[in-house]
Amino acid sequence: MSLLEIRDLHAGYGQMMILKGVNLTLEEGEIGVIVGPNGAGKSTTLKAIFGMLNITAGSIHFDGRDITGMSPEKLAAHRIAMVPQEDNVFPTLTVHENLEMGAYTRRDDFSHVLDEIYALFPPLKDKRRQPAGELSGGQRQMVAFGRALMIEPKMILLDEPTAGLSPMYMSEIFDRVIAINKTGVTVAMVEQNAKQALAIAHKGFVLANGHNSYTDTGRALLDNPEVAKSFLGG
Amino acid sequence: MNELVFFINKGIFAGAIIGSIYALGAIGVTLIFGILRFAHFAHGDMMTLGAFVAYAMAAALAAAGVTAPLPLAMMMLPVVMLVTAGMAIGIDRAFYRPLRNAGARGIVLVMASIGVTLMLQGVIRLFAGPSSREMYFNERKDIFRIEVPGANQMITLTEPQIALFIVTAIAVVALHYFLSRSRLGKAMRAVSDNPSLAQVTGISIETVVRTTWIIGGGLAALAGTMLALDVSLKPDLSFNILLPIFAATIVGGIGQPYGAIAGGFVVGYAETLAVFNWSVLLRPIARMTDGAFEVPPSLAFVPTEYKLMVPFVLLIIILIYRPTGIFKGRVL
Repeated sequence: MSLLEIRDLHAGYGQMMILKGVNLTLEEGEIGVIVGPNGAGKSTTLKAIFGMLNITAGSIHFDGRDITGMSPEKLAAHRIAMVPQEDNVFPTLTVHENLEMGAYTRRDDFSHVLDEIYALFPPLKDKRRQPAGELSGGQRQMVAFGRALMIEPKMILLDEPTAGLSPMYMSEIFDRVIAINKTGVTVAMVEQNAKQALAIAHKGFVLANGHNSYTDTGRALLDNPEVAKSFLGG
Repeated sequence: MNELVFFINKGIFAGAIIGSIYALGAIGVTLIFGILRFAHFAHGDMMTLGAFVAYAMAAALAAAGVTAPLPLAMMMLPVVMLVTAGMAIGIDRAFYRPLRNAGARGIVLVMASIGVTLMLQGVIRLFAGPSSREMYFNERKDIFRIEVPGANQMITLTEPQIALFIVTAIAVVALHYFLSRSRLGKAMRAVSDNPSLAQVTGISIETVVRTTWIIGGGLAALAGTMLALDVSLKPDLSFNILLPIFAATIVGGIGQPYGAIAGGFVVGYAETLAVFNWSVLLRPIARMTDGAFEVPPSLAFVPTEYKLMVPFVLLIIILIYRPTGIFKGRVL
């Protein structure tokens, strides 16, 4: 059984339907990358998994359980975490408090996870007493990742993690994603930088007009001349 | 020396008293704004409501023949705060939550809160009538006088005033520890910072909203009861101080609890010192300089009748020159 299984998902905001039949499966330990033109429904797919919009048809199963339309609170208990694209830290809370908030749904002792995250993102340890809003874009992204990792997720959803970052940070972010994935966390990621993202993906999903245009391994999509022509800028 | 004692009584203490009341009210308004994103105009009447709860409890106990070392209304404060907090949650469930769930914009909730204000005023008058009441039941309002060497006037403070300083200090320290140390307090700040991220993180918005009403309602009851003990209990008790409380909230920085405390005292002192008769302090200087200048009998920046104008002037100055307030808050 696959870890994540989305079948024929139809969803949208109010009356406006954005997803019109998205199919997506990820095995445990994989990196799945969703690419496609603006307005294709990439971010919407992540938000639909996270119970943030109206699902009218289709289903989402995680680890064998139906999580269709489940609230973020309950998803945390199923150990699914999400890093939104923008405004993904609490700016007036310190770095440390941001991480603590990530563990809000945990009632057990999570100090070992804090240590692991500071080890994964060493710059954060020095700035732990600083408000997250004062950090640079790249460091804020580390806080956002760290916050999501506090529940020790089985799967992490990343919505355009490199958006607005300089190219220097971009490859660093991809390195972090690979590092997180190496610890056994399944990653579902939406990316604008399709080529770089597909290069690290086990599976790629090209969305257009709210449904899958192409679904294949990351490598195969990169090598597919049609995909390259229509979606990867030649 | 007499002049200095007069200044301490009518300037420093008077400002601290009204400043504490404003601060307690403004903390609630600013927290509600931070979490629920609307200006809660019914906050003044929530204070009156709390004071009436205290009155009713004290009256019942007095009728039952209970006596206590402190005024009964003061003794009952923890219970009064809890009851008022419960009422605040009830008001939220009945009026604000349905609007929130329907996705109403902030301004709709502001209008609803004005409706709640009028309703509360009506309900209070319906049960208690329009007359003014004493919060003391066969009890003495103790007055403490401190003698100052070289002065025949004394520094005076009443029992409720001293109690007000103590409970305000306790409330501020408790709030600080709650917001900076407790899991729920940090979650409140997180929701105030970024509600959608808080939701994604799994923070229960409903729990945070309920906590906000408990703190806001509890502090409103505290402020209302202490004010009624200091002066007297009237149905329009806190409606008149609602506008200075809003001024304090904005002066301090909207959504900033520490700003609300600072704003409360800034507005309280601005008001008090603006109506203070500064001739009192100038007279001894004139005497020392052998009457080099003449001191008019009354020299206040603003006549007492226009006291309510001061918070507004302050508010307008802040909105023009520093719209985020003393502590960087949100802009309306």
